[in-house]
Amino acid sequence: MKKEESDKIADCKLLEIAEKWYHQMQSATIPYISIPTRTKHNIEYDEGSEVWKYGDKETTRSAGSYKSALHILKMAYVVSFLKKQLNENRSSTLREMYYISEGWKKAKFGAQDESNHLVEDLEIITELSRESFHLRPEEDGASIYGPLKIRERTRRGVREIHCQQDIGEAGYPIPNNVDNLEFVDHDAKFIIAMETGGMYARLMENGFDEEYNAVLIHLKGQPARSTRRVLKRLNQELNLPVVVFTDGDPWSYRIFASVAYGSIKSAHMSETLATPGAQFIGVQPSDISGYNLPSDHLTEGDIAALKAELSDPRFDTEYWRNEINLQLKLGLKSEQQAFAARGLDFVTREYLPARLSEMGII
Amino acid sequence: MELAEQLAEKQRSISVAEFFEKNKHLLGFDSPTRGIITTVKEAVDNSLDACEEAEVLPDIYVGIKRTGKDIYRIIVEDNGPGIVPKQVPFVFGKLLYGSRFHQIKQSRGQQGIGISAAVLYAQLTTGVPAVVISRTGHNSKANRFELMIKTESNEPQVLKHEEIEWDRMHGTRVEIEFKSTLSAKKRLLDYLRYTAVVNPHARIKTDIDGEKYNFERASEETIVPPKAIAPHPHGIEFGTLKRMAEASHLKLKEFLIEGFSRVGSKSADEILGLANLNPERKASGLSSDNLKILLDAMQSVQIPPPPASQCLSPIGEEKIVQGIDKEFELDFVRSRTRKSQVFSGHPFIVEAAIGYGGKLDSEGQAQILRFANRVPLLYQQGACIITTAVSGVNWKAYNLSQQGVPTGPVLILVHVASTNVPFTSESKDAIAAIPEIEKEIVLVLQDLGRELKNYLSRRDKNKQQEERARAVCSILPDIASKVGEIVGKPAPDITPLEAQIMHKVVVKKKISGGKVEISVNNYTRNPAAMTIYNMSGDSASDATVKPDFVDRIGDEYNKLWKIEVEPECTWNTVYSGTSHGSVSVRGVDEKLLVVVDIT
Repeated sequence: MKKEESDKIADCKLLEIAEKWYHQMQSATIPYISIPTRTKHNIEYDEGSEVWKYGDKETTRSAGSYKSALHILKMAYVVSFLKKQLNENRSSTLREMYYISEGWKKAKFGAQDESNHLVEDLEIITELSRESFHLRPEEDGASIYGPLKIRERTRRGVREIHCQQDIGEAGYPIPNNVDNLEFVDHDAKFIIAMETGGMYARLMENGFDEEYNAVLIHLKGQPARSTRRVLKRLNQELNLPVVVFTDGDPWSYRIFASVAYGSIKSAHMSETLATPGAQFIGVQPSDISGYNLPSDHLTEGDIAALKAELSDPRFDTEYWRNEINLQLKLGLKSEQQAFAARGLDFVTREYLPARLSEMGII
Repeated sequence: MELAEQLAEKQRSISVAEFFEKNKHLLGFDSPTRGIITTVKEAVDNSLDACEEAEVLPDIYVGIKRTGKDIYRIIVEDNGPGIVPKQVPFVFGKLLYGSRFHQIKQSRGQQGIGISAAVLYAQLTTGVPAVVISRTGHNSKANRFELMIKTESNEPQVLKHEEIEWDRMHGTRVEIEFKSTLSAKKRLLDYLRYTAVVNPHARIKTDIDGEKYNFERASEETIVPPKAIAPHPHGIEFGTLKRMAEASHLKLKEFLIEGFSRVGSKSADEILGLANLNPERKASGLSSDNLKILLDAMQSVQIPPPPASQCLSPIGEEKIVQGIDKEFELDFVRSRTRKSQVFSGHPFIVEAAIGYGGKLDSEGQAQILRFANRVPLLYQQGACIITTAVSGVNWKAYNLSQQGVPTGPVLILVHVASTNVPFTSESKDAIAAIPEIEKEIVLVLQDLGRELKNYLSRRDKNKQQEERARAVCSILPDIASKVGEIVGKPAPDITPLEAQIMHKVVVKKKISGGKVEISVNNYTRNPAAMTIYNMSGDSASDATVKPDFVDRIGDEYNKLWKIEVEPECTWNTVYSGTSHGSVSVRGVDEKLLVVVDIT
């Protein structure tokens, strides 16, 4: 889609929101807006796209209460700001917009979380991504290392980069706007995405990418949208299986879930962000006992998070129920690097090959 | 001469008048400041009691005139039944003379010293005789007396007596002049105001040195005068019993049944059985020892409480509220009258009221109004059981702050009515610490505290809701102008929206496409009845809801609809037309009404 075309759609969608409010007020209706409820209780599995999306439950914010009136006012300011930005063909980051709101008097945001959340609301209402409104995420995506050749349209011209040969040990950093990327060539069999930099470096140092023709991706914790988008595209366009390697604790399972099923926060984008075929490679709770890994005790917060996952529809499979219940029974959690207790090569020589063949990937 | 003989020369009996001449403080004449208040209080109490006995609505005049440097003339006049001429000198010129002392019933004055003490005080400080005018009815002329008290003998001395014309049909007027000061004017007015509160059936007009204050009557109902009852066996003292027995010609059993309240044949038998006395014996023949045994027996036998409804006359919940409403404009008033109780054989009733807000001072301590037998107690607040009880309640539980007594815009009224109010002293300023009475006061205040708490939390909730609505309304205009800016149109009119949020009635007139629509939205929580007037060039003959009335004035049609709209409901009428005209609404409080014209 041409940029002009996409801008026009975005402009129309924003205008639509304001017009709705205008008509509501004209007909003596207190202005309101309905948004799908953004909780785990309102995400549903979509058979067609195999991802989790928002269900039918809607939350209506009506200006009849102070808080909601303020919310609508802020949204009106954001809509106005984004429209202007589109019309002037400029762009800004979420953080910049947050600072711009300083001049919005009552509509000023209290914290960036609030403005981020509001932008997500707008994405849901308009069914457009924030990039369509020329809003850039400020943080970079994660890094890629492996037998993959990429073509990137940069502001300074087109660059072709091989993610093993042309770059240093840090890998190729995924840019904000993934749509400027093209996958030219590859020699990969699968993709392994890792939660921590330590494990990413370990696999690189041990030559895991070369030995198994694996593309290594560092998620950097909860992966940025661009990272998830790249994973999705690699999986879809190159038909490469994706495995996710995280720590063995409840928060890490959520990292996996957001890659594989979509996150609750951005369930409206699941179709473009989630990689339904992604598989969890570890650390599994059963590995903690199976490999007798060094571990820590679960904190109260961990236990509550695990229990919350038991009622999360995304984890409602036999595999996850067994693993989570096992972990609650053990009362333990382990990090990815815990495998180092068995030697620095254990993870690449023993654990991953065993798990990959078990999963039918090698 | 022996010393004892010398001393005996000096010993002689003292008359009551002489005694009080030396002990003025016992009667409330301890200072010139208090003298006026005590005099007015005694005279007004007498007037109210007299009116009550005659079942007339009291119409009382209180005048205070300055006649010399620090000399004041106090005049109190009423429309009571008057006093027969024979009695006037005794009532005003003899201490301890009265009709109520011997009766067991609730009354304001009791010992019969108050007004004559004022006469005594007058002759002590100025030597001016008291003037009393009294008329007992339209058949007789008024009698005017000038009198003083012979202190050595406590006998009245009539200086002048004449029959005069008086415009009052019946009533009494007393004028007393003594050395005093008006520095306690505020207290005096407090006394009169509080008197008006608990006597809402009375009208009190005052002229205090040229300044007039009137306390209007709020109730047209006379008070049913309480009836005297016989003493209750539990409340009687030895001396009284002895006197009663000596004066009686009855046999013991009859003496008990006739002479005491609530004693029937069974109780009498029980008492006499316990005392081991023969019922057939004459009451007058009993020895002191016998009487002591009898008294013990009377007080140890279970006997129902005295008939309080007969001898007591509480003000009543409704009248208390009327009285408070009249004198204090408050946001909230509740009152409660408890059931009668007994202490030492004396029946009593505790009544109380609690008021909040209005013009009360929002800082500082609560205003406490103490009453005994409908008489305001002004002095010695700290020594009074009412104050103790008020401080004893945990007001924090009822959302009031408290430092001993509660603080804030609070008014607490407590009235103790009894055949024998246990005062701490003769000046009758404070009620003594009787546990039974304290318990009743605490209970009634707790009960009222709960009501106050309900009111306060309801009020806070309403306030909160209103504040919230206001907060929303402070944002709506910003939304409207921003949204208008985005769509490139003028900001939409948000008046109806604001009305909706502020819970008002919105009447809208809209003209579009050759149709005029008048609609009413009731966003309040109550049904709204109103009349809508619409003046325009259209006849509205095809109105979907026909007007109740149409009047043609020149080219204009005046149309009128009488409607009632339930809360959260809408009413409308549509007719063909294009002319603007006007819409007005009557019947809805303006604060709750919004009329919008949309063209």
